[in-house]
Amino acid sequence: MSDELIAVSLLWLFVFVYAMAASIDFGAGFWSLIYLYRKENNMTQIANRYLSPSWEVTNVFIVLVVIGTVSFFPGATAVLGTVLLWPFSIGLLLLTLRSAFLVFSHAAEKKYARALSVISGATGVFLPMLLILVLPITYGGMIGTTDGRDQLLWGSLLSSASTYAYLAFAGLSTLFLSSLLLADYSHVSEDWRAYQVYRKDAIWLGPFAFLAAIFVIVTMARDAPWMYDNLQNNKGWILSSGVLYVLGYLALFTPRKAGSPAAGRPRLAVVATVFQYLLAATGYGEAHLPYIVYPSVTIQSGFTDESTFHALFVSYLVGFVVLTPGFWLFWRMFMRDKKYLRQK
Amino acid sequence: MDQVVLARSLFGTTMAFHIIFATIGVGLPLMILIVEVLFQFTGDSDYALMAKRWTRGFAVLLGVAIPSGTIAGVQLSLLWPQFMKVVGKVIALPFQIEIFAFLLEALFMSIYVYAADRLSRGMRILSVVLVAFGAVMSAILITNVHAFEGTPTGFRIVGGEIVDIRPWKAFFNPSFAVSAGHVAVSAYMTGAFVIASLAAFKMLRRGLSDKHYAFHRKALMVGLVVGGLFSVLTALNGHASAQHLYDEQPEKLAAAEGLFVTQDHAPLTIGGFTDKETHEVKYGIEIPWALSFLANNRFDTVVKGLNEWPEDEWPPLFIHTLFNAMVGVGMLLLLMSIVGFWWHRLLKKQTFPRWMVWSFFVSGPLSMLGIEFGWIFSCTGRQPWILYRVMRTSEAVTHTGNLGTLFLLFTGVYLLLAISVVVVLRAYFKRHPLGDELGGSGDVNGEEEGLHV
Ligand code: HDD
Ligand code: HEM
Ligand code: HEM
Repeated sequence: MSDELIAVSLLWLFVFVYAMAASIDFGAGFWSLIYLYRKENNMTQIANRYLSPSWEVTNVFIVLVVIGTVSFFPGATAVLGTVLLWPFSIGLLLLTLRSAFLVFSHAAEKKYARALSVISGATGVFLPMLLILVLPITYGGMIGTTDGRDQLLWGSLLSSASTYAYLAFAGLSTLFLSSLLLADYSHVSEDWRAYQVYRKDAIWLGPFAFLAAIFVIVTMARDAPWMYDNLQNNKGWILSSGVLYVLGYLALFTPRKAGSPAAGRPRLAVVATVFQYLLAATGYGEAHLPYIVYPSVTIQSGFTDESTFHALFVSYLVGFVVLTPGFWLFWRMFMRDKKYLRQK
Repeated sequence: MDQVVLARSLFGTTMAFHIIFATIGVGLPLMILIVEVLFQFTGDSDYALMAKRWTRGFAVLLGVAIPSGTIAGVQLSLLWPQFMKVVGKVIALPFQIEIFAFLLEALFMSIYVYAADRLSRGMRILSVVLVAFGAVMSAILITNVHAFEGTPTGFRIVGGEIVDIRPWKAFFNPSFAVSAGHVAVSAYMTGAFVIASLAAFKMLRRGLSDKHYAFHRKALMVGLVVGGLFSVLTALNGHASAQHLYDEQPEKLAAAEGLFVTQDHAPLTIGGFTDKETHEVKYGIEIPWALSFLANNRFDTVVKGLNEWPEDEWPPLFIHTLFNAMVGVGMLLLLMSIVGFWWHRLLKKQTFPRWMVWSFFVSGPLSMLGIEFGWIFSCTGRQPWILYRVMRTSEAVTHTGNLGTLFLLFTGVYLLLAISVVVVLRAYFKRHPLGDELGGSGDVNGEEEGLHV
């Protein structure tokens, strides 16, 4: 593999990890808001128990994505930084309000805690929608150039069907993924009522998220024919992703095991669904190549310096090896430890 | 308004806001570590209680430190796209390694806060050590980028192309060590004085029981001793930073001192305002020969004056005042901690006079002002360059319009957060007063009731 390809694959992996983690994170904030006013349940606690230790870690990944882009593809930074100034600034403001009020709501008194949760939950769902705008913007046709200066064509962005397909896809995926994960989380915590509710949410959201994905592909045919053609050659990824979707969805309906009071195998559903998104993202990413921003920046033209790339690559290897025990301990403490999960 | 001025105002405001929380984020974990260790050595449960309460406050502050830092990181690419192009090619390493420092801090912070009751003593201390290490590494690594802006090395520009790139040479640029050291020790100093300040604030309340007074006095002493130590280090290292300026950015030193004419036996001017028209510092106090000595340890050192450079390359002249204010803060705080230590430890007094407690109370805010002055001095004093003698700030700025609106939006959000964080912290500690926990069950690792941050 060429260095450019390694770099873009790594970056794509970071984007994917952030997309998954953030969907779950933002979604959990949303669910903790939705169930805030329902009496006698601990849906909200379940969501918060997941959110409290994890939001900081998730946040690091967005920084990683930005820094990764700048350091691997400085040539793309100038264009993207320029055209994304407004969408990303709004995103940053929402992200800031969301994180801060999430933290504040846990430290504040009950009566304020609610208002604060409302702000953090509501801002959370808009975030994935804002961030995903990068995808239609890099389709081509939405960046105009006057006197050699790039600028975002808001008219094209707002009048394109693709934009709305992506918005729907981001919103619905966020909710689908987070309800699935919270179903699993409450399953591990043996909170069966919470499990039933989150399972039901996942069941009705799944098909809509799937439809939105199809909508994205259909609109792509018109708005980015170059990419649609590439995607045709990568059908395998997309089709196997579809198969995993069905598999994961069906896992929610497996009959009750002896000893378990509820139907479904949420762990299997989560794993299958994450792989579903991974396969689809890989097919999508491959079809996007070699362009980062169509048609002006490719992975070759935007690439960083060779020696910088090699130094970065080594720092990644060392960094992740050094941090592995930390991740492991984190996982053990918050995702597996029954004492943490089952506290009332 | 001018695009460059708007972009600078927006970025400067973001940094000025982030730095408050970031500095506490570096300083506070060290203080928590110190009291955790003091608890292990003395068995005095007051120290364990301090660790617990400071950690709760810290967890809330992170809710602002992290998003504001995220803004800083993304805004850098949004506002200065041409600059980041160079950064990506040449000085990407510190940014990249910083991610690992962030991860380290985030992982172990969560573990320390939410899993404290399930950790052994050793693991708990190890977690704090790693949090503190992660925080100071974040500061050191980002300062690396700042140092690179002042002394860019490890590349050449030939015909507009960046060539001959050596990333590690850029990383170890000449002012890295001294800048990073200064930032780290000044952050520790500030963290300590913030603690001293809070303790003094509590001690100002009348009718405090002896037990409570003793608790806060212990916290105050930890703050003053650690703060005093680090102010000495800050001053020593600050002196080294100034000598670096003499070698590497002489016009910044000249502007900091208000020196126009190149001379040996140059005088040091303290206070006053630099006058651009008459080329002199008005109302300042002159100490003959001192500047030459400070710049290079000899009275006959020739110090370059601003007249050596064309006026459009001069840094703004008000940095003279900022520089004086930063140094003044350092000296004042050093004096304050000596007085406090002498009173309590050498004269063995158990209570402090109110005027003294008042002065301790202002030490935290003063120290934070020192940080702000220092940074604004350092960043603004580099103007008109974003990369010293390589790229002008005006060449780096974005062309996207309407920055004014964004400036207002961001400033509004910072104000909102600043107010809410104070309100939330006050309300939280009001609901969990010291009285409930002092000398209680001794179950300091117990359930973190009420706080899931
Ligand atoms: C409480 C904070 C504080 C205190 C008391 C001091 N400093 Fe400082 N100073 C900083 C906080 C700071 C800082 C905010 O951390 C800066 C900004 C950039 C940097 O590297 O550190 C800084 C920068 C800075 C620079 C500029 C470096 C550059 O632009 O490259 C110099 C020359 C000094 N300091 C010198 C001093 C001296 C001689 C001090 C004598 C006591 C002093 N500082 C006290
Ligand atoms: C170590 C981290 C820092 C880096 C890498 C950094 C970098 C920059 C950059 C790239 C700019 C814009 C271009 C320029 O004006 O040259 C800037 C401006 C500015 N920064 Fe910093 N900065 C850092 C820390 C800080 C801090 C902590 C403050 C706190 C007050 C600060 C205050 C400012 C201000 C006020 C400006 C606008 C000033 C001006 O342009 O006159 N900076 N900085
Ligand atoms: C000397 C000045 C600075 C210091 C001392 C400092 C220190 C810190 C600290 C202690 C944190 C909290 C980290 C955590 O808990 O995870 C933080 C967060 C952050 N800072 Fe700063 N910082 C400085 C300047 C900057 C600048 C100039 C940038 C932008 C380029 C920046 C980018 C960030 C980011 C992106 C985060 C959030 C990390 C996360 O998501 O966890 N910082 N900083």
